[in-house]
Amino acid sequence: MENKKELILNKEWCKGCWICVEFCPKQVLDMKDGKCQIVNLEDCIYCQLCEIRCPDNAIYIKTVGGNDHD
Amino acid sequence: MDASQLIQKYYRLDKLPHIWCPGCGHGILLNSLVRAIDNLGLNKDEVVVVSGIGCSSRAPGYLDFNTLHTTHGRALAFATGIKHANPNLHVIVIMGDGDSFAIGGNHLIHACRRNIDITAIVFNNNIYGMTGGQYSPTTPYGDLAATAPYGNPDSPFDICQLAKGAGATYIARGTAYHARELDKLIERGIKNKGFSLIEGLSMCPTYYGRKNRKGSAVDMLKFFKDNCIDKRLVDNNPQLGEGKILIGELYKSTRPEYTESYKAIIDKLKE
Repeated sequence: MENKKELILNKEWCKGCWICVEFCPKQVLDMKDGKCQIVNLEDCIYCQLCEIRCPDNAIYIKTVGGNDHD
Repeated sequence: MDASQLIQKYYRLDKLPHIWCPGCGHGILLNSLVRAIDNLGLNKDEVVVVSGIGCSSRAPGYLDFNTLHTTHGRALAFATGIKHANPNLHVIVIMGDGDSFAIGGNHLIHACRRNIDITAIVFNNNIYGMTGGQYSPTTPYGDLAATAPYGNPDSPFDICQLAKGAGATYIARGTAYHARELDKLIERGIKNKGFSLIEGLSMCPTYYGRKNRKGSAVDMLKFFKDNCIDKRLVDNNPQLGEGKILIGELYKSTRPEYTESYKAIIDKLKE
């Protein structure tokens, strides 16, 4: 079974620092009312650039299903 | 392991979100440490994370390892005790620039000199953030701080050069922008049998950034992108390094490790 990737946003932990929005290469994210929001999910390439630079673990890629047992 | 699993496994979820300001680089560096520990496959019960006082020193409170939050500047003294009591533990110390190089400066140089097997990670944001933005030993000359309204009259330490002079056997520098590279540097630091010092350049948009008109957290990250260069590139072409901050593995050597030397003496006396 092929792994499916999902972009997860935890608004409760987001502090609205703009880092993910600015470093997203595909303009998937935007800021609204001081919180990040996903505005263009179909363009997401799951590159994890938002994930590695989010200081608050508020946005990340989750792998669903497949053979990822570790 | 993906990020959601890392968060579940290594963080104390009831303590999150952390207290750091929006855009603070410390969270990025902390995630790097978590990924490095996971990549090495260390047993959580054999890892001890120790810290002193300051913004950076809040970090162990969010991590689900054996953790110890100690007094200002003394994290390395406590860590030395832990390593002596049980040399099998992986002792990791998280300190800020002021905590490690001002208040705890003496503990740091002697830990380097002894070459005790501890991995020290300095979250360097060039300022004392928690107490309101006083200048620290790494605040650049002439920069503004709460205690330097007309510019900092002191010249900053080069943390890595100081550690090298004091005798650390693994020295590296990374930044919050170059987070993936930092994972590898921390991994190698933990693997090094001796004292490892990793300087993680972080950003404080609230105090250092605002006082010195460095812009937002994003601008400060872009500064790291534009002004840092890997040491390996400069080794081949020194011109590239002019006016840049060197990052990557800066120094590595081999010397007897302190707890092993100590054990050798005990074993000899037992004979």
